[in-house]
Amino acid sequence: MGKTVAEKILSDKSDKDVSAGDIVEARVDYVMVNDVTGPAAFDEFDSLCVPLMRDKVVLIPDHYVPNKDVASAKQAKKMRDFARKHNVDNYFEIGSGGVCHQVMIEEGFTAPGRLIVGADSHTCSYGALGAFSTGIGSTEAATVFARGVLWFKTPESMRFSVNGSVGRHVMGKDIILTIIGDIGVDGALYRSMEVEGDAISSLSLSDRITIANMGIEAGAKTCIMPADKVVDNYLSCRARGEYSAVLADEDASYVDSRQYDASELVPVVAKPHLPSNVSPASEVGVDIDQAYLGSCTNGRIEDLRVAAAIMKGRRIREGVRMIVVPATKAVMEQALHEGLVKIFMDAGAFVSGPTCGACLGGYMGVLAPGERCVSSTNRNFVGRMGDKDSEVYLASPAVVAASAVAGRIVDPSEVVE
Amino acid sequence: MTCEGRVWKFGDDINTDLIISGRYLDNYDESHLASHAMEGISTEFAKRVKEGDIIIAGRNFGCGSSREQAVVSLKGCGVQAIIAVSFARIFYRNAVNLGMQVYESTDAYEAFNDGDKASLDTSEGCLRASSGATEASLKEVPPHLKAIVDSGGLMPYTKFKLGIR
Repeated sequence: MGKTVAEKILSDKSDKDVSAGDIVEARVDYVMVNDVTGPAAFDEFDSLCVPLMRDKVVLIPDHYVPNKDVASAKQAKKMRDFARKHNVDNYFEIGSGGVCHQVMIEEGFTAPGRLIVGADSHTCSYGALGAFSTGIGSTEAATVFARGVLWFKTPESMRFSVNGSVGRHVMGKDIILTIIGDIGVDGALYRSMEVEGDAISSLSLSDRITIANMGIEAGAKTCIMPADKVVDNYLSCRARGEYSAVLADEDASYVDSRQYDASELVPVVAKPHLPSNVSPASEVGVDIDQAYLGSCTNGRIEDLRVAAAIMKGRRIREGVRMIVVPATKAVMEQALHEGLVKIFMDAGAFVSGPTCGACLGGYMGVLAPGERCVSSTNRNFVGRMGDKDSEVYLASPAVVAASAVAGRIVDPSEVVE
Repeated sequence: MTCEGRVWKFGDDINTDLIISGRYLDNYDESHLASHAMEGISTEFAKRVKEGDIIIAGRNFGCGSSREQAVVSLKGCGVQAIIAVSFARIFYRNAVNLGMQVYESTDAYEAFNDGDKASLDTSEGCLRASSGATEASLKEVPPHLKAIVDSGGLMPYTKFKLGIR
């Protein structure tokens, strides 16, 4: 019997021949924590009084930095102090980093065949590059700091084949929201999603990252795509160390296989209050107060280019505010270089440096009671971006930009031909 | 071991933002987190929950974020166990790692109502109504997790593995 990507990577990292259901202790390549999950891990680790596996540890403040208030300043300081105390090279201060998952990818920690864990649920993003990556808690991150290994239950796998040509204005976001709409928010619970097909091969790495990033919104442990030339080209100047692609065997065993015709997909929106509550953008039509473009899901340069192309020469509708947050310093520099920041500002948007702030209802864009936001982020739970009586509609950068211009949620084709 | 508590019943897909909102993650203090537990779904819970109470929920409890603060907030309130039809995987791991008792049980979800008094019997693997009328079996915890729980959580387990006394 052949093996899935998840089975192969966990076999490789545990030196065992594992199949779905087997529990293994596996070697982790990197463990990442951020400023809200890190502090608890630092205390637990220091209580062990053992050396830090510093080459495996990556520290990225992003949730509440630049510091929101005194409490968050203390958390950020705790991370900075821990990095200094243990001589951690892989610490990314504000001004050099940004949203953790995009930093993990840009900085070459992420590569095909690797096993990466992170104390942030969207760690599953790295599956876009053919890695097995998954979110963990702070306490288990502390144990990886000390031992470099973690237990895993080898997940069953589901296969999603997406073939055909992707239509205009349809992005990775529309593909993953459509899938979540079909299988539900626990449709891939405890499982690995393997997403493949010629439509996936035709996507930019950025769109693939969006898909992998939201695997967790279907409950998935990891969401993996076949590593190909697109991934190799991206990593050619940035991968840290060697890597080799791990692909599924033809006769691998899947608990479920689903087919999608990419040409039938349309821009969609996940309405409140679950990512599975999906409708075509053209049928939503509700007025909005805020449009948000950013996050680990959709804050890359490719996302900003799509939005800027729609907004160029247009203005945000009166009564609507728009916030644009490039995911990292590198994305922001590129956006400045390409004139995208000017396009957003000319349209009336507020543009800030990288932070997760608004996505989790932390700061820099929190919603008041009764307010409605169309957002390129990943969660629309009750109160996610602010008051419990506010609403979040999840959408692609194209839908966010078009909706900001229209003042209500629309299909991008309503604003641009 | 048996211990009686009030049942707090919730539905499907109780996510980590409902359990502890992102806006409270700027402070890891247990009592701070406990004072806002379940605020997104119940304004009463944090005020009225008592030591030893039991949460019973539907499918996919704890979906969403990896924030361990979700478990910390419920532990801080005194919740002794969470019984759900199913759990989101990161929440489940966090609960085990922090020594919170978590059990899967469809029976318990169907048999118990909010406000019931019940006793958890971990040796028999069941939940019994104090009235004596109802009993629900709980799914056995996998052996590898039991080893962690029996060590007192992941940190004691890791200390044992590292040979630290």
